[in-house]
Amino acid sequence: MKRRRFIDLFLIGSGLGTFLSLLYPVFRYLMPTPRKEEVVEQVVAARIGELAPNSAKIFRFGAEPALLIFTREGNYLAYSAVCTHLTCTVGYDSSTETLLCPCHNGRFNLNGEVISGPPPRPLRRLNLEIRGEEIVVWRERG
Amino acid sequence: MKEWFKKLIFLLSLPIFLASFLYAQSARNSCLSCHLELEGSLAAPAQSFSRDIHAQFGLSCASCHGGNPLKEEIEEAKDRSFKGKFSRQAIPQLCASCHADANYMRNYNPSIRVDQFELYLTSRHGQAYKNGDLKAAICTDCHGVHQIQRANMPQSSIFPWNLASTCSRCHSDPDLMKPYGLATNQAEDYRASVHAQALYEKKDLSAPTCNDCHGNHGALPPGVSSVANVCRQCHPSQAELFTQSPHKKAFDEARISECEACHGNHRITSPSAEMLAGGKQDLCLQCHSSDSSLYQQASKLREKFNSLQNQIESLSSRLNQVKKKGVEMSEARYELQQAHSFFLEARNLIHGLSFPEIEEKIKATSDKLNLVDNVVLAAEKEIRYRKTGLVIATTFLFLLALALLLKVRERRNRV
Amino acid sequence: MASGSKGKNKLLVYFEDRFKWSKIAELARKKTVPKHSLSYWQYFGGLCLFLFIIQVITGGLLLLHYVPSIDRAHESIQFIMGQVKFGWLIRSVHSWSANILIGAIFVHMFSTFLLRAYRPPREITWVTGTFLLFIFLAFGFSGYLLPWNELSFFATRVGTDLLGQIPIIGGSLKTFVLGGREISGATLSRFYWFHVALLPLAALFFLGIHLYLIQIHGISLPLGLKQKKVREVPFFPDFFLSESVLWLTVLAIIGLLCVFFPWETGEKANPFAPTPAGIRPEWYFTFLFTTLKLVPGHILGIEGEKIALLFILLACFFWLLVPYWDRKGQKEQKNPLITVIGLTVIIYILVFTLITYLFPGYKK
Repeated sequence: MKRRRFIDLFLIGSGLGTFLSLLYPVFRYLMPTPRKEEVVEQVVAARIGELAPNSAKIFRFGAEPALLIFTREGNYLAYSAVCTHLTCTVGYDSSTETLLCPCHNGRFNLNGEVISGPPPRPLRRLNLEIRGEEIVVWRERG
Repeated sequence: MKEWFKKLIFLLSLPIFLASFLYAQSARNSCLSCHLELEGSLAAPAQSFSRDIHAQFGLSCASCHGGNPLKEEIEEAKDRSFKGKFSRQAIPQLCASCHADANYMRNYNPSIRVDQFELYLTSRHGQAYKNGDLKAAICTDCHGVHQIQRANMPQSSIFPWNLASTCSRCHSDPDLMKPYGLATNQAEDYRASVHAQALYEKKDLSAPTCNDCHGNHGALPPGVSSVANVCRQCHPSQAELFTQSPHKKAFDEARISECEACHGNHRITSPSAEMLAGGKQDLCLQCHSSDSSLYQQASKLREKFNSLQNQIESLSSRLNQVKKKGVEMSEARYELQQAHSFFLEARNLIHGLSFPEIEEKIKATSDKLNLVDNVVLAAEKEIRYRKTGLVIATTFLFLLALALLLKVRERRNRV
Repeated sequence: MASGSKGKNKLLVYFEDRFKWSKIAELARKKTVPKHSLSYWQYFGGLCLFLFIIQVITGGLLLLHYVPSIDRAHESIQFIMGQVKFGWLIRSVHSWSANILIGAIFVHMFSTFLLRAYRPPREITWVTGTFLLFIFLAFGFSGYLLPWNELSFFATRVGTDLLGQIPIIGGSLKTFVLGGREISGATLSRFYWFHVALLPLAALFFLGIHLYLIQIHGISLPLGLKQKKVREVPFFPDFFLSESVLWLTVLAIIGLLCVFFPWETGEKANPFAPTPAGIRPEWYFTFLFTTLKLVPGHILGIEGEKIALLFILLACFFWLLVPYWDRKGQKEQKNPLITVIGLTVIIYILVFTLITYLFPGYKK
């Protein structure tokens, strides 16, 4: 009797334990997650008014740096800031209104095209949209 | 066959025969056909000329050497205009007779330069040549002679990744260089440099080779005061920093060439913190005494740089481990890459010697690295959590299997 | 003993009155399973069912977060793997079980083939089983594209290119499968529809018939064994116990695989990138892939690939209909040809799969 009861309890106990250890992950999975900004898909690069004309800002896009430029004429442009030569971070040179990579003097125009120096390819252009007060940058163009 | 048919064939074949006879006449080049039958160095020019860029533009042997290629008989072919083989002395002038003539070159390539000969005469090679030194390099020594290629073709002897070999044919030959008192280790040193690594291994055609620093036709080693300007072409930030540093005035007064004093000229290797005070390749000792306060400060900086580098490497490998175990790491990777950028900037600031600025950058790097460290620690904790969960679940599965076994055995025994 | 079992009895009576399941319970109690030297192969059928159930559960959970659009598919997988609690586990279980399931299906199929379990009256069990093989291969193929990463994009391209090579119907078949001429957003929606709607319905239909037939005919006996002479063990509790232990062990192994080798997210697919070198489909298609790579360019003037594909399709057709042309089997006699064919196919699949991984650079 005692043995039988023990075995029954053991069976129920281990069955319950197994069931719970399988159910627990499923339960946690189903609970709503705070949906962190899916950075690869969409990033709020800046707000209107944050940048002065003829200036730029580096922001994170996925796992890479990107550059948001506010031109003198008042247009916003966004490019991947990874230099196509040896992956240094490209910056904005307001005195010449070009993008300059400090490592080997690679220079790009406002279309991302190489105008001097060693970079072999133009910079990757990013899509940009102004939503209300926010400047949103999302996946690559094309 | 019908009679009229045979006559028709005959009549048609006449003009065809005549046309091919005339065509053969015009395409005949007796220089090539004769020389191809000879051997060794007499046949080589004929064999290779079809690949020459001049041949592609419709020029032939006669364009330089004269003679009449339409004549089969050797006396008739080598007529009054025939110039034969050129002496070394005559070659630069021969090439310049076309290549320095803007009106003539415009017919072939309107944008080609026509000042090569002029520049050549300003170079060491050209000056030696003017003084009658026939061992000095002339056009054909670098460009080749009967199979000259465009400089931007990989088979050309002056294409970036062939150029150093072309120069070192003479410049690495001790017997040739001895009379001039020139060293012969430049090519070997260059091959060990970071520039050669970029050019030959990474196939980065923007990396400098001999001509980028020494010039092409007007080749002269840059003088002591001008080396820095040459480096500045591609490394402007370092040059700018140096100009604003206390070293600039000191170097100018002591007549020490800027970049070269610390980085060398041909064997330029990847810079490291070990080049600083107290390091394995201590360069500061060349001028500073080891007990000066500046020296001590630089030595402390070196230690900080090394520690940052070690931290970056260790975080990078931990990050890879964690990523392999399935934890999402894109934010950490970004921050680490930013930290690495800051580190390179901090190290680069040594050219400016502004200690406060360098310390500030070092701190920014360190802060970023701490951020990454926290994320990696959290991820490593997550991996331990997963393994713990696995142990618990597997234990329960095992216990359940055991319980089933016992239950069934018990039921069987009951019966 | 007292109130506990009375309460239990009341509950049982309640459900019996409403579901009238006592007859089924009786059948279950009486159900037996033969036990002989080759009876271990019987476990593979149940294993396939177990893994299918796992796929349905984990697949259903993944449906909560997955988005079948080329803008969001890869990102949603990254979200599941990185942000959702235990998302990494649910997704890794789904991917690992899928591969184990296909392996189990192949073992189950070859064991039943060599044991001639398709003999009358079990022909339709075999036919529905073969359909289930095709359905699950389609599950694997369609599911592989859904994460929209580099590997899946190019593996799908390679696979659909092969499909397009089928003579006569190849072109239209490829267009139908891709939802266009190239892999695009339409392909992803289509594969998603295959994977979560069409194929599950088809699987349930054929699986229902397959399982029903197994219940009414029982497990088949190998040739030569007589019903009277063979030992039968009761399904409950003996076979159920061994099967449960096996299922629990497989579950533990899957857990181990997921914690130590979680499935990777990969790089997002870029349709404009050049095909990376050494691309190949998932392991269970590699034998087909390598066959088509190694076949000579032209045989008797016709493209070698088309002939090979035709041959494979014909082989599948004959495989499907084996119960109807194995005359000796119908008469309960051993047909050595079946053994030869079966072993040849197994060796061919193993060798060609190995070749794909040992000699990846081989080109025609």
